[in-house]
Amino acid sequence: MYTPQVMDHFQNPRNVGDIPDADAVGLAGNPVCGDTMKLSLKIVDDRIVDAKFRTFGCAAAIATSSKLTEMLIGQTIAEALTITNESVAGALGGLPQAKMHCSVLAADGVRAAVADYRKRDHR
Amino acid sequence: MRRIYLDHNATTPVRPEVLEAMLPFFRERFGNASSIHAFGQAARAPVEEARAQAARLLGARPGEVFFTSGGTESDNLAIKGVAYANRGRGSHIITSQIEHHAVLNSCQFLEQEGFTVTYLPVDSDGLVDPDDVARTITDRTILVSIMHANNEIGTIQPVEEIGRIARERGVFFHTDAVQSAGKLPIEVDAMYIDLLSISGHKLYGPKGVGAVYIRKGTQIVQTAHGGHHEGDVRAGTENTPGIVGLGKAAELAFIEREAEAQHLTQLRDLLQRRLLDEIDDIRVNGHPTRRLPGTLNVSFTAAEGESLILSLDLKGIAVSSGSACTSGSLEPSHVLLALGLDPQLAQTSVRFSFGRDNTREDVEDVMEHLPEIVARLRAMSALTVKQEKIRGSGFGVRG
Ligand SMILES: Cc1ncc(COP(=O)(O)O)c(C=O)c1O
Ligand code: FES
Repeated sequence: MYTPQVMDHFQNPRNVGDIPDADAVGLAGNPVCGDTMKLSLKIVDDRIVDAKFRTFGCAAAIATSSKLTEMLIGQTIAEALTITNESVAGALGGLPQAKMHCSVLAADGVRAAVADYRKRDHR
Repeated sequence: MRRIYLDHNATTPVRPEVLEAMLPFFRERFGNASSIHAFGQAARAPVEEARAQAARLLGARPGEVFFTSGGTESDNLAIKGVAYANRGRGSHIITSQIEHHAVLNSCQFLEQEGFTVTYLPVDSDGLVDPDDVARTITDRTILVSIMHANNEIGTIQPVEEIGRIARERGVFFHTDAVQSAGKLPIEVDAMYIDLLSISGHKLYGPKGVGAVYIRKGTQIVQTAHGGHHEGDVRAGTENTPGIVGLGKAAELAFIEREAEAQHLTQLRDLLQRRLLDEIDDIRVNGHPTRRLPGTLNVSFTAAEGESLILSLDLKGIAVSSGSACTSGSLEPSHVLLALGLDPQLAQTSVRFSFGRDNTREDVEDVMEHLPEIVARLRAMSALTVKQEKIRGSGFGVRG
């Protein structure tokens, strides 16, 4: 039911955990299933230098969270905001239709983290 | 990789004896049981024998057992059939919040047709209170439908008490016994049951065949119209291989029920004890004692259910989260929510359901992998075990 890329990220998730001195933390929840993601970012000169996640969710949610952190590291804030749930799912070779909503968690996580970053009023 | 099947509430394999009994009806005895000629007659007697076998499992008379295409059709026929036939008397139906979707969605359909349905709540163990049934019956009530045992948590309802109340008030009583048939004793007379549903594939028979018990004198209309089959209750050429398979499966289940129930209870209790001993912060769902022999439903705080199931599957162990029919939906189980679990805890639940071929080794294998899987998922979870503990009651207290 899942692509090999999804299964890989599910079984070997990248960048799991928290960043103690994070510059931004985003929380996202899926109202349909109750699944939850916490995304922590380290940001230097508007560029994401580290990203870590914690996710309570299905395999699709875990895999998209993991893939998201890989995509984020090295990106500017502006670039990060162009990430959509479709682009994360696409980077994993797609998700079953019923599971597309799970990737929304990742996109919402980025937006929440960026909002937190801006609220903290860096610079 | 050794594969272990622990999802017998979803479906069971056809027993070899059952398959053997079925095979001639695909081949030389292929005749239509309604035909007058020798080919037809060669199929008629076995259909009637299967009816007697199914009736014996239920403590019923053969003339009150009708074959269908499975549990879903039996539920639909019993509920819609009684509802439409008794419309002149009333339009109120009573059921519970934890029924299988075959019952719930039949009732919801009838609501659109102008019927009124009461969905009774259950307590935290999943029990319907018979007093609630008594209080809810009005002179407009025509049917009470409460399942015998729940497919997700295994809780066994007090059907005899509920049946007696319905009988005293002149209301028909249907019970979905799809999960209990062959595992629990069933006596339609002593339990005041007027209608009852069973399904072949839950008791080592084939898929796509079931039966409905309809007490003589119950007003019912057929829902599938056609030829004069099955006492004009259910039209359609008899599925002779399936019916013979269901009959054989029912016969074996009747003979072996007690020994089988003991076997399943032992394995279930062993797994339950080991889970409670070796994994923290878990909750056993369902009634501690009034429970189907092989069913164990457990919530693993902060570790999500689908991830647990997929991780176990990668180790060759097949389990499920509640009902296979709802795994396509993303909402938490309606059964677990009805018990009062919060949605996030409900999403951490896994159902283990044992069958006749399982062994203690299977339990050992589960315990070799599961603690590690739970720990791994909890370590990456956005929820903490403590956070959910606030909900209190129920954690690991049932031994
Ligand atoms: C309690 C209950 N009722 C009804 C059904 C439906 O039976 P079937 O699969 O034969 O349609 C099932 C199983 O899926 C069940 O567990
Ligand atoms: S089912 Fe909830 S995130 Fe996938």
